Amino acid sequence: MSKDKEREPLFSSKNLKLLREPLGENNPITVQVLGICSALAVTVKLKPSVVMALSVVVVMAVSNVVVSLFRKTVPPRIRIIFQLVVIAMMVVLVDQVLKAFAFEVSKQLSVFVGLIITNCIIMGRLEAFALANKPWESLLDGIGNAAGYGLILITVGFFREFLGSGTIFGYPVMEKLGIYNIGYENNGFMILPPMALITVGIIIWIQRSRNRDLVDKS
Amino acid sequence: MENLINIFVKSVFIDNMVFAYFLGMCSYLAVSKTVKTSVGLGFAVVFVLTITVPVNYLIHNFLLKEGALVWLNESLGDVNLSFLSFIMFIAVIASMVQLVEMIVEKFSPTLYASLGIFLPLIAVNCAILGGSLFMVEREYANIGEATVFGFGSGVGFLLAIAGIAAIREKIQYSNVPAPLRGLGITFIITGLMGIAFMSFMGIKL
Repeated sequence: MSKDKEREPLFSSKNLKLLREPLGENNPITVQVLGICSALAVTVKLKPSVVMALSVVVVMAVSNVVVSLFRKTVPPRIRIIFQLVVIAMMVVLVDQVLKAFAFEVSKQLSVFVGLIITNCIIMGRLEAFALANKPWESLLDGIGNAAGYGLILITVGFFREFLGSGTIFGYPVMEKLGIYNIGYENNGFMILPPMALITVGIIIWIQRSRNRDLVDKS
Repeated sequence: MENLINIFVKSVFIDNMVFAYFLGMCSYLAVSKTVKTSVGLGFAVVFVLTITVPVNYLIHNFLLKEGALVWLNESLGDVNLSFLSFIMFIAVIASMVQLVEMIVEKFSPTLYASLGIFLPLIAVNCAILGGSLFMVEREYANIGEATVFGFGSGVGFLLAIAGIAAIREKIQYSNVPAPLRGLGITFIITGLMGIAFMSFMGIKL
């Protein structure tokens, strides 16, 4: 971070906040409640989670910049269709790249790459930020939010793979440590879809008990 | 007929959009505070899914699939446009939602008033696009099966959102730990409901 700061004003403290806030106190998943649909289904293993996080970073950064560039020319009445077309175009590109270079992972992600189009995190940030801000800020906001999304995705993916299959990135950690010999069993429950929800619930619990400002008032 | 009933039961309970695939989660969490509004949204989703899935089925099978253009000209047999499916599907969904909105407004103002803001919001509900994408992946044999699948998925979403809304109305009176209140407990309850729905898994139809 210190290196970036020398290049003011591109990385002024206000701009850095755009990058940093979504990672913690303004996280898209745990605080803004955006983009949960695709977040949970791909987190059985760590590898698809990482690929998904990267895809969202790319789609989000580029579409944020594009929408921000056109923010003065597009009439407000057709903005939703315009945004959908920009996002859909990016997702098609990402999907084709994944199919070409990471076919295995692309099969695992199945329809969820396509569902990035309707991922509310992207529409939400386009509406809330890119339509009203300059391209550079929008780029930072896009990367920041997508990274916050990816952070949760990778955390959930890590715990579900580690506890559910005893591996990390497919490497059998538990077996190498010899934990099975003393009677440890993999928790098969972690692989099932509902455990993703409960894991996110617990992450929210931990985050909110550390940061009391986020607690629901009602 | 038996086949259609199988697809219906399967898409409502076993392959439930919310609990098995986490689709439509955003609106599921945002709109489930009271039973009345959530049932309204649920019906709107049923409505739109039942229309868009068969329409997208036709588009996929007669325009986009590999060799789908043969009915136009024999020489187009090896054209594969399926990479266009995302853009086509989302365009169909957005225009269908717009169309449904106009029709409902014209013929049933009361229904229109009760659905209110939810109708346009449905265009970006992942359950709708998910329905079309799963329809492609599972290769349903004819348009009847696709329609029943769309309808069943919608009913599954309606069930899920009505259920969570009822629980959230009751939980207002419970003593939930402060950091868990609101979003956290909703996630965990959804997880538990998902586990309950998993008991349908393994039922062979």
